Formats: sequence, C-alpha cells, structure tokens
Amino acid sequence: MANMAKTRNKIRESAGDKVFLTVIYIILALLLIAVLYPLIYIFSSSFSSPTAVSAGRVWLWPVDISLKGYESLFKNPQVLTGYGNSLLYTAAGTLISVSLTIMLAYPLSRSTFYGRNVIMMIITFTMLFSGGLIPTYMVVKSMGLIDTRWALIIPNAVWVWQVIIARSFFQQSIPSELVEASEIDGCTDLRFIRSVVLSLSKPIIAVLVIMYAVGQWNAYFDALIYLKSADKFPLQLILRSIIIQNNSGSSNMDALKQVERQQLAELLKYSLIVVATLPVLIIYPFVQRYFVQGMLVGSVKG
Amino acid sequence: MEAAGKRLSARKSFARHWQLYLVVAPPLLFFIIFKYYPMLNAVLAFKDYYVTKGIWGSPWVGFKNFTMFFENPMFGSLVKNTLKLSFYLLLAGFPIPILLALMLNEVRAQKFKRFVQLVTFAPYFISTVVMVSIIMLFLAPRLGFANVFLNHLGFESINFLGNPGMFSSIYVWSDIWQTAGYSAVIYLAALSGIDPTLYEAAKVDGASRFQKIWNVDLPGILPTISIILILNVGNVMAIGFEKVYLLQNQLNIANSEIIATYVYKIGLLNANYSFATAVGLFNSVINLVLLFTVNAMARRFLKSSIW
Repeated sequence: MANMAKTRNKIRESAGDKVFLTVIYIILALLLIAVLYPLIYIFSSSFSSPTAVSAGRVWLWPVDISLKGYESLFKNPQVLTGYGNSLLYTAAGTLISVSLTIMLAYPLSRSTFYGRNVIMMIITFTMLFSGGLIPTYMVVKSMGLIDTRWALIIPNAVWVWQVIIARSFFQQSIPSELVEASEIDGCTDLRFIRSVVLSLSKPIIAVLVIMYAVGQWNAYFDALIYLKSADKFPLQLILRSIIIQNNSGSSNMDALKQVERQQLAELLKYSLIVVATLPVLIIYPFVQRYFVQGMLVGSVKG
Repeated sequence: MEAAGKRLSARKSFARHWQLYLVVAPPLLFFIIFKYYPMLNAVLAFKDYYVTKGIWGSPWVGFKNFTMFFENPMFGSLVKNTLKLSFYLLLAGFPIPILLALMLNEVRAQKFKRFVQLVTFAPYFISTVVMVSIIMLFLAPRLGFANVFLNHLGFESINFLGNPGMFSSIYVWSDIWQTAGYSAVIYLAALSGIDPTLYEAAKVDGASRFQKIWNVDLPGILPTISIILILNVGNVMAIGFEKVYLLQNQLNIANSEIIATYVYKIGLLNANYSFATAVGLFNSVINLVLLFTVNAMARRFLKSSIW
C-alpha cells in the first residue's frame, strides 16, 4: 500500500513539487545539524585534552583523546555527593509521585465515585492559579521541611498533568463491565486495584515513572530555595555552582600550575555536562514513544 | 462513558466505595496543603508581615504593597522585560514547531523522518542548568565556540551574555532549539489524523504539494493550533523563572530582570515577604485574566476553546 502510493507519487510528481520537496529535505538536514552539532561538540570536548579545549582546537571529533576531565570529575567529592543525592531524590521522588498520582487518578476514573467532578475541578484549578512563591515557601517552612531532603520530594510530588493522563488511561483501558463483575463477585475496591488495575496499567506506569524521573533528575529550583546545606545538594545545583558560577572549588588541583588548573577546570565543565545528561539521553530513544503517548493521551482528554 | 450505570447518591457511593475515598485522601491532602494553603497565605500581600506575629496576626495594610510596587521605579522595566521576553518567545517559538511538523509530514523516507524526530526531540530532556551551561560555554567571551569561530573568520570577539540587547534573543532561540522537536509531536499527531480521502481529492484536483499543505494540512490541524495558541498566550506572564535566573549577570540585568526573578530576590533573598507576595499575586492574577480572555475570544472567533 505504502509502496504503491510511493510509485504513484513518483509518476505524478511535477517539477515544482520536486523542487519543493528538495528544499524541505535541505531545511530538515540543516535543522538536524543545528541540533546535533552542539551535542557532539560538548561530547567531543569532554574527551579531548585540556590544552586542546582551551586552545579552541576541537571542532567536531575529540582532539588528543584524554580522560583527564573525567578523572578530575570522579575525584571531586562535591560531584560524587551530588550524583548520589540526585539518584536518591530521583528514586524516592518517583516512587512517591507515581503512587500518589495513581491513588488520585484511579478513583477519579470511576463513574460511580461520587464527587469526582468536584475533585477534578479542585485539582485542575491549581494549574491556572497558584498562591505564589513566598506563600508556598512559608507552608514548606511551617511544616519544618526547609533544608531537609523531603523538601525536594514532597512539595511538588503530584503534577496535575500526570493525573489527567493517568485518569484518561484508566477510563479507556479498564472496562466498567470488569468493575461491575468484580463487585458482584464481592471483590473490594482495594483488592481490585491490587490485582486488576495495577496489572493492566503497566504502560501508564511506565509513562509516569519516566516523566517524573526525568523531571526530578533535571530539577534545581526547589533545591535552590529549600536547601541550605551543600551535602544535600542534587547534581544540578553542583553543576550550577561549577559551570555557571565558575567555582571549580576542587582541592586536589592545588598542586597544579595556574594555567594547567584553569585548563582542567574548563575541561571539567564539558565532562560534567556529559555525566549529568547521559543517563537521560541514553534511555531516551527507548522511552520516546512513552513520552509521545503521554502527551497525546493528555491532549485528547485535557 | 457513564456505562457503569446511574450515578450513585453521595451516601450510597460512600458506603460502596469507602476504600476508594481512603485511597484518594493522601493525594488530595497534598493538594490542600501545598496548593490551596499557599493561596490562603497569599493574604500576606495585604498585610505587613512580622515574623513574631505570624501571617494572621500581622496587621492589614490594604493595597499598600501593590501601590508600592506600581510606584516602584523597577515596575515599568519589570513588566516590559517580562512581556517582551514572552511575546518574543510566542512569536518566534509558536510557528516553528508547526512548520517542522508540516515539513516532516512531507518526508516519505521513513527512516530519515524518524531520525530527524528522534534528534530534534532529544534536547527537551536536557535540564535547565545544563542548557544554560551549554549556552555559557558556547558564548563565553574568550574561549567560547562562537567567539573562536568569529576570530577564525577575522572578526572581533563579542561578549554575548554581557550585552543586554542580546539577552532576549539568546533566551528565545535556545528555547526553540530545545523544545521545537517536542512541540512538533502534537501537530504531527494531528496531521496523521487527517481524513485520507481529502488527500485523494486534492490529488484528483491536481494540487501541488504546497497547495495540499495549504488547503488540507493547515485547515486539518487548525483546531490543535488554536488550542496550543490559547495555552501559550494564557501563559504569557508565567514565563519561567529557572532559565532567566541562571542566564542573568550584572551586565545584562537591565533587560533580564523579570517579575519572577524579582519576586525571588525581594522575597527570599531580602526576606521582604509581604511585598514579594503582592508582586507575585499581581502576576498570577494578570495571567489568570489573560487566560480567561483569550479562551473566551477563541470560543467566539475560532469556535474552539480549552473549556
């Protein structure tokens, strides 16, 4: 079918259409380069020697391949602590967020659940209006969460968008006949959730896990406002301090000469970017379809 | 949808679904504590906050904090910077994903199409901190790639981030670089939902590729376009704190201080809670009004709206 359409297209293609299509291909190829080039450049720089990076000799591929950037990175206690913290926040945050989201979305998908429309309105209204930064900060403060690890996990645990996505998934994929049949058999709601809902919901759980995990791994704002002690900082805050505020702050470089130290500090920034982004970009091609699914499910019902 | 039969009365529903109400309680409590309680706390905007007296014990001052903000010399430039940045982002950032989707839709080589999609979607996963780091490394005054490149061509170096006039372009175009591929997905889905018989008809009429895009594709995704437009216009005042704050420096601050970053500095760094709450509330209310207005206009003129 697709093949037939292709051959027919070829026959019908007028000269004008060919030019038009060629222009499109050229534009897309240029876009492809514009998106890929910075990524490749960062990656290549991170594997080059400090002097090559500082001299601006890296254009596309690594120059004088070296692992110096990564070596100094893994000797940097700040970075290691940050990495550990981020892993912890991502794991714990995702677990809590996904659980709360499902606990909210599933009952809201049941048509016999009295009050579901009111609850839905209460929740969606928070997408349109919020108390603001300071009032929220004061709530977090009054609960004693400031400068605790919980401050990165609890105050933004549930995203409304995720609830909408999960709810419409449940509405579409759990037939009400199944619910009714189980009720007639005397199956309680909790048992139904445990044994039926959870096993039918693997796709939506995957979507939720990935979206929350990426969000938590990439977040820095809550850490910026709620955390004070550096030993609790997630990786993104360490990155900000080293790259954006330019505090290389590493003691093991003291022995080096001034110039060498500067070059290494520069190289370290590239390696740091790679290390912070790689976990997400590596899983990305495998999970892209879940993201697309999530966006589309949400937009149908949203 | 309501196949599960008649809606139950409240009492019957509680009796039958008490377990579900238990399940729903914790997340609902989350919304009440972390989303609705702050809305109550927003009365701070109308008070003079004393730490010792607490929010409710502090004296009422009416609209004093608001008038202070309107009379503040910063007011004009904050509103101007916020609006300028958002409208620039809207004007440049809104059409590009649509164009990208329309172009991708013309590509017949499936592998190429999928590859372009995969690559252009990827930067969406880069965190704000890393994004700003990349911008700073590329635009660094001495060693940055952009300047090394300019020097090679025989030009003088430019201090991109130190130039207030370049701030909004740096912000907007890096944002487009990061999100265009992501935003295109929704239009691609809309395009794949267009009735194939329309294409057949266009072919019979001898339409060129461009005519087909203009007369079939664009009208087909118009509802999607208008909904995304409403959402974007409705968020004009809600431009993100995160990236602007990281891109700010002493040299570009005249153009890069927006309402959100100002609230953070006045409120959390200077601990001027009441005033910062008032500024933030002003921003949220304007945003809410905008969203309702745009939505009403869209319902009237485009026959589609988000509620």
